[in-house]
Amino acid sequence: MIKRDVMIYTRYERFWHWSQAVLIFTLFFTGLGIHGTHSLLKFGQAVTIHTYAAYALMGLWVFTTFWNFTTGQWRQYLFKKGILKVIRFYAYGILVGEPHPYKKSLQRKQNALQSLAYMTFMVIIGPALWLTGLLYLFYNEWAGQPWSGDALWLVAVLHTVAAFAMGTFVIIHIYMTTTGKTPLHYVKTMITGYDKVELSEVEEAYLAETKTVDMR
Amino acid sequence: MQRRYISIGRWLLPLVLAALLPALAQASSTADHSKFEALKGPFASAPEVTKACLACHTEASHQVMKSIHWNWDFTNPDTGKRLGKPRTMNSFCGSPLSNEPRCTSCHAGYGWTDARKQPEPVQENVDCLVCHDRSGGYKKVATDAGHPLYEPRTIGAKTMMPPDLAKAARSVGDPGRDNCGACHFNGGGGDAVKHGDLDTSLIKPSRKLDVHMAADGADMTCATCHTFNDHIPSGSRYDTTAKDPHGLDLPKDDHNRATCESCHGDTPHQQAKLNDHTDRVACQTCHIPEFARGGIATKTLWDWSTAGRKDENGKPIFIKDDHGHLKYSAEKGDFEYGENVRPTYHWFNGVTDQVNLTDKIDDGGILRLNTLHGDAKDPKARIWPFKEMRGKQPYDPELKTLVVNHVFGQDDSAFWTNFDYSKAIKFGMDYAGLPWSGKIGFIETRMTWPITHMVAPKEDAVKCGQCHTKGEDGRLAALTDFYLPGRDSVRWLDILGYLALGGALAGVLLHGLARMVMNRKTHHD
Ligand code: HEM
Repeated sequence: MIKRDVMIYTRYERFWHWSQAVLIFTLFFTGLGIHGTHSLLKFGQAVTIHTYAAYALMGLWVFTTFWNFTTGQWRQYLFKKGILKVIRFYAYGILVGEPHPYKKSLQRKQNALQSLAYMTFMVIIGPALWLTGLLYLFYNEWAGQPWSGDALWLVAVLHTVAAFAMGTFVIIHIYMTTTGKTPLHYVKTMITGYDKVELSEVEEAYLAETKTVDMR
Repeated sequence: MQRRYISIGRWLLPLVLAALLPALAQASSTADHSKFEALKGPFASAPEVTKACLACHTEASHQVMKSIHWNWDFTNPDTGKRLGKPRTMNSFCGSPLSNEPRCTSCHAGYGWTDARKQPEPVQENVDCLVCHDRSGGYKKVATDAGHPLYEPRTIGAKTMMPPDLAKAARSVGDPGRDNCGACHFNGGGGDAVKHGDLDTSLIKPSRKLDVHMAADGADMTCATCHTFNDHIPSGSRYDTTAKDPHGLDLPKDDHNRATCESCHGDTPHQQAKLNDHTDRVACQTCHIPEFARGGIATKTLWDWSTAGRKDENGKPIFIKDDHGHLKYSAEKGDFEYGENVRPTYHWFNGVTDQVNLTDKIDDGGILRLNTLHGDAKDPKARIWPFKEMRGKQPYDPELKTLVVNHVFGQDDSAFWTNFDYSKAIKFGMDYAGLPWSGKIGFIETRMTWPITHMVAPKEDAVKCGQCHTKGEDGRLAALTDFYLPGRDSVRWLDILGYLALGGALAGVLLHGLARMVMNRKTHHD
């Protein structure tokens, strides 16, 4: 086994990740402004920015879903065994210097807990936000019914619940990025795309020969 | 976000408007009235002028006699109730009954001295000049049942001269802002008193005050919007069009332009989110941020209960405030005024219940003289701006009706000369032929006046955050029957949400701290 710097996040993946991060920050910040939590923006400004950012994020999600399926990367998010071990590690092992129970490999970029969290993000929180968000945005297309007023309330409440869930997710997610070899290790990886991955000699030779994945 | 509608109307509208506006404002005529032999005069009386007009305009009087300007009589199509000045009460002057020559000075005719009956259908008694005089010299005198002066008259220290009727007759044209304003700017007995959005500042308004009527704005007159069809005006406070589903009138079917939508349609904004409001929010709500903006104060309170006070010499008391407005008048009681007033907002579907003189009232609380219909659940209702007028006025606490207060006249009962409510009300109720128990109470009243004039330039429109705010001073803070983003939220849900965010933050901080304290490098890489 040899450790090599291997490109594990392709350019599109990194672009997707960071633009999604910026958009979600923007949406959370402007959303809380709309909600009345803070008044750092004028309401009209907050709505305008929130709306543009929402369109951008939904566009990004469409592309990324496409990308995930065409590249087969969607399998990364599938349920993995060993989740309890990972939880135990973060609750206790990490404090006493135990090794991480999971080893990153080319085919397994995420640990079991990560996969579950990202899956939740992608199939529950994300869709809850864009579904209710679109209903909210296009309220006028279904206004004027006797139930519209109550339904708007429900849509807004669900959107807000999902937003709080998203905010909570982001806080924990950001903290988790500090649990690498050094606090900034994971962030650097997501910027450069390279991480040290253990490769078998066969793998190394294959990658060097075919150049299907960058290595340095 | 800009959902642009590719509609012909959107692009065509400015062109059509630009082409039509000058024509709307002053249609050029093929007749020059200043050259007419029949209008040379001299005229001994105003009805003689009317007679000259009718020689050519054979149908004009008949048309005017069908209008509310003449008959002061209107049946509300929504409620079936018969309304009109002689029977419908407001929180200002009371009733014209027994006060006619004063109150009927704003009748579009001459000599209506008994408002218990409809005005006599005498053709020459229609007042053409009050609307069509363009010389600026014609004026109805305040106390002569619609006539102008025919002789000089001294009232107090001032001597007023009669108008030059022949000059007025030769000047006639389409009504200007000053014509309509002669009566409508002075409702309630003086400039700006009644409406709050109608006063003499609109004769020559700045663009800031009124984009439509300003000379450097669209320079429109009242009748540009209040389209007249055979002398019947459009637009009504009794039967309001709170929402105009007919939308753009131009260039088709253009006989009632008295709604914003008539010219602007119902998707007038570039921004789709703003257009999303037009189904529930009247245009006026955002585009008239304040009323009484022309530098003339409007009355906001009139308390009749304190009227009649005299000083030690037996002289009626009059007190002015720092701005020179009467704040107390022995004739009328206490007043309060407002300038640049933020409207109050209500749901309104155009249907109003007015209180008539003969209606049984509930004196258990504050009496609403006009009750607005509509709420958030009513798709025909929109949020409208109103001037809220507070009043306190005499009523019969036993028979539970409002009463006629005889205020004006040279007799021993008129309140403004004798300051005795029992005499004045007895006279008024006898005159009206209505029962009165002999008792007088004063009831607090409220009245809402739709605000629809003094449309500000778009840069002065109400900003989103003035309604979409949690602040108690939010413009819509009182309208709580619907979900308003930015104002409303579910309290317990917010608490849970903030707890989740705070909990996550505290959790990761503690975890991080623990990692640092344990000070062991993890073997993870
Ligand atoms: C994904 C697509 C999204 C769409 C289409 C969307 C759309 C909207 C719309 C239309 C509003 C109401 C604005 C108004 O009052 O006019 C809104 C409010 C809000 N949004 Fe979003 N949004 C999206 C994503 C997000 C995300 C990712 C977050 C947070 C991380 C978020 C948080 C909020 C919050 C907190 C509110 C205020 C809710 C309220 O108080 O009623 N939104 N959103």
